[in-house]
Amino acid sequence: MPENNTNNQRFRSSLILHLRPMLVPARAIRFTHTFGLGGMALVLVLLLMFTGILMMFAYEPSPERAWQSISSFQQDVLFGRLIRGVHHWSANLLIPVALLHLLRVFLTGGFHGRRSSNWLIGLATLFFILLSGFTGYLLPWDQTAYWAITICTEMLGLVPGIGPGLQQAIVGGSEIGSATVINFYALHVAVTPMALIVLMNWHFWKIRMAGGVVLPGGPTDDPRNAYRSVPFKPDLLLKEAVVTVVLIALVLVIAIVYGAPLGEPANPGISPNPAKAPWYFLGFQELLIHFDATFAILVVPLFVAVALVSIPFLSYDGEIAGDWFLTPKGRRLAIVAAITALIVVPLGVLIDERVIGPGGWLPGAAPLISNGLIPFAFVLAGVTGFYVLIRKYFAANRNEAVQSLFVLLFVAFAVLTATGVWFRGAGMTLVWPWQM
Amino acid sequence: MRVLGGVAILQAGWIAVSALVPRKRTTQPTDGPGVMIAGPLERFEPGSVTAFGDGRFYLARLEDGGFLAVHRKCTHLGCSVPWIADEQRFACPCHASAFDIHGDVINAPAPRPLDLFPVTIENGIVKVDTGRLIRRKTFEPSQAVRA
Repeated sequence: MPENNTNNQRFRSSLILHLRPMLVPARAIRFTHTFGLGGMALVLVLLLMFTGILMMFAYEPSPERAWQSISSFQQDVLFGRLIRGVHHWSANLLIPVALLHLLRVFLTGGFHGRRSSNWLIGLATLFFILLSGFTGYLLPWDQTAYWAITICTEMLGLVPGIGPGLQQAIVGGSEIGSATVINFYALHVAVTPMALIVLMNWHFWKIRMAGGVVLPGGPTDDPRNAYRSVPFKPDLLLKEAVVTVVLIALVLVIAIVYGAPLGEPANPGISPNPAKAPWYFLGFQELLIHFDATFAILVVPLFVAVALVSIPFLSYDGEIAGDWFLTPKGRRLAIVAAITALIVVPLGVLIDERVIGPGGWLPGAAPLISNGLIPFAFVLAGVTGFYVLIRKYFAANRNEAVQSLFVLLFVAFAVLTATGVWFRGAGMTLVWPWQM
Repeated sequence: MRVLGGVAILQAGWIAVSALVPRKRTTQPTDGPGVMIAGPLERFEPGSVTAFGDGRFYLARLEDGGFLAVHRKCTHLGCSVPWIADEQRFACPCHASAFDIHGDVINAPAPRPLDLFPVTIENGIVKVDTGRLIRRKTFEPSQAVRA
């Protein structure tokens, strides 16, 4: 047996543990350096795959059978309710965790030089995480699912030009029905998981190639020379195990206490009031209340996508990276940006709702101008003014200014999403959360 | 090699597209069960609105006796609009769009009037073709069908 034992050990050390380096910089494994967000995202994806496969044995993807098959899975299958609860809450946690991970990487400057390609892989991963959430949303076929997907696909149909064709292709007909369920099911159980497996492995490999987590001193320096190193086993392994166990415990507790909601079966004749998109798209639904569809569904998302993709390729004053908010001034300016967004966006929502009203800024003109071009130009001017202010008045370098702008837009979108989730009641009018 | 790779991608794409297309064709008939008999003319009072086809459309009889078959789907984001008889309007629960008895927009954000299904009247019987939707920019009296 001793020979077998060494073989076993050799196998473990060569394969499993070589996913990681033998030594890691002590600075890199501080919990507050990354908050373990990337690792949490991986744990959640694994939980989703495990519970998802279990549910595939029960789920029947058709409008007639879908709701019933989930209902009986929850009632008749051992731990059925728990398995679906874990799936539901892992999915709902994965989106904020992935977004916070993106924020962490951005705020520590982890996108310069050889990390730039991995920033793009990360964005592609985020796209498939959102697509996964969106396609999974319809499958329970209850009222919430049916109407959220109706709202979203109709939003897509409002895009000028390609919109109606795209909507037709995704829905597979003029109304949400059996073709839609099959489309979403195939995307949800085959396309998005495969894409995620490929992208995530690529993502991890790229991190290794870049020398691990980004640290001060520039990503091109070899961090092993600059920092005290500690062995991966047990130092990092222990921390990762703790984060994993705590996260799984959290998901289990939420799943046991709240379960996964399953409302009345879908009824195409009766819309719930209010009818809302999945919560992570409510920022766009909120935009649609304030802007003409062309801007809310096409121009703004296009701007966001182009901005996110171009982040590594803007011109910067050097590759400042590794510390949170890059510099002490960067931290101050990020706080300025966050406070600005927290004040300006709610004010903007209120003013547009109460003072300007649905007619727009030029009630006589076409909605594209009065509700689109004019307010959009106004917002664009405000954002540009903010950037100039940060650069000139606060004398920030390019890295700090771009970071401040990013925080402004990130918080602005978070506020819009929160407005859609907690402050929109019947008829999508503004209400307090406790009046809903 | 590149040419071969390109050919392989084209083939894969072609197969993927053709996997999607035939299914769409087979599901089309279920989208519209075709022509539906709504009932005899005199059953519908002028100024009344009656829900039909599991609520897929409303048959509106205008004060002048004309008929409109109004699709229930809001032109904004696709919610089903209930007819509020007391207020003589269709009120969308989702974003507060409202439409009059002709389906014409009273309240934004709906960008255009509710869509119509073609109505025919044969021998005093009102029929509605639920297989075909008509989009329109505004209400015009010629859209209403009279006996």
